[in-house]
Amino acid sequence: MSAASGSVPALPGPDVPDPDAGPGGHGPLDAPREAVLELRAVHRTHGTGPAAVPALRGVSLTVRPGELVAVMGPSGSGKSSLLALAGGLDRPTSGEVHVEGQSLHTLDRNGLARLRRRRIGYIFQHLNLIGSLTAVENVALPLELDGTGVRRARRLALDALTEVGMSELGDRFPDQLSGGQQQRVAIARALVGERRLVLADEPTGALDSQTGEAVLRLLRRRVDAGAAGVLVTHEARHAGWADRVVFLRDGVAVDSTAPLAGVEALLSGSGR
Amino acid sequence: MSIRHGLLALLERGQMYGYQLRAAFEESTGSTWPLNIGQVYTTLSRLERDGLVRPLPESEAGQRPYEITDAGRADLALWFATPISRTDRPRDELAIKLALALTTPGVDVRTVVQTQRTATMRALQELTRLKYASDRPEDLPWRLVLDAMMFQAEAEVRWLDHCETSLVRHRPPANGPAPSSEAVGLSGEEARR
Repeated sequence: MSAASGSVPALPGPDVPDPDAGPGGHGPLDAPREAVLELRAVHRTHGTGPAAVPALRGVSLTVRPGELVAVMGPSGSGKSSLLALAGGLDRPTSGEVHVEGQSLHTLDRNGLARLRRRRIGYIFQHLNLIGSLTAVENVALPLELDGTGVRRARRLALDALTEVGMSELGDRFPDQLSGGQQQRVAIARALVGERRLVLADEPTGALDSQTGEAVLRLLRRRVDAGAAGVLVTHEARHAGWADRVVFLRDGVAVDSTAPLAGVEALLSGSGR
Repeated sequence: MSIRHGLLALLERGQMYGYQLRAAFEESTGSTWPLNIGQVYTTLSRLERDGLVRPLPESEAGQRPYEITDAGRADLALWFATPISRTDRPRDELAIKLALALTTPGVDVRTVVQTQRTATMRALQELTRLKYASDRPEDLPWRLVLDAMMFQAEAEVRWLDHCETSLVRHRPPANGPAPSSEAVGLSGEEARR
């Protein structure tokens, strides 16, 4: 359970069920593996003194390879704050964030930037594709910024575009692509190279349901191949793709779905 | 869907005997609606009584196939042409449960909502997993059944979200029943913890 808070209902906490305890996910979940992401009693407060606004209040979360965790909650519940901390885009007021066993607290600005470029992929609702670069150049950019040679970066970018079914359209500019195709490019950019942690914030945005589902399939497939994923969404349909769903309310993780409970247990146990 | 019309629809494909009908029924509903063979034969005898199917001579193996009649086809066509009425469906136990929770002393409605949301979300995860695994073209009927269940689960979660928002905004009348107002009010709930 996350750190105590006075308003937390008496419900099992999100970290009580062990995600490796059984076949909870779409992908292979074998023996316990080292967590890719670990949030330990993380607090984040914006502002100070009387104006202080708590965004997260003692949230703990562990995500292992092959596991996709969805985070749900109403607006202002702390979903995006959690994702920003997980990705090293923000630092907690207290508590610790570990990515692949490394405490982000111990990294300086450059070290953090390097980790973000190499190991963490972000998929945002706003795609942030650069209009003057082709699809393949957009995808290769984070690798090139990290010092990868142009030729190798391009090859890896093409691999990533192939993974999302966009290998034929690599030379197009973003404004020559549909919304769904642009989102695929953004996903390829998030997956390129050896990213072990994929963070997605409402990744289907305004896409139609079929295209949105295709996006989630891609995310699911990458996680099944061994990455760890965190998906922030307010759509139950999207959260359904996750192995575990954590519910945030007022900055506190109030509940999570148990990986082992099957439909039969649900039906017999809920009294409905 | 009634078993009666389900069997008529299956017989429209061609003649079948009881065990074949049961297997085809379960296949077309993705085994979400298991039938026992007794239900199949009871329904067949009623359909026969109403002139909607007719029995054919027994096979050498002792199996008696049935075929649909013209009256059966007309009944089936009417069923497909008529929308399902919402009043034909069972009452929504969850809506009634929450309405009662609001007015029952000592019930923490937000916990009731969250417990249900977690359970429904878990069901939605299971359904998504089943759909993810059903990629073959011949799985389409099953995927549509899954889609229907997923949309229902999704709607339930959205409704629960709506309930929670309404609870947060809810300001019980000053002279209202004390126990229920304490149970639903956010500040009241927090004060009790």
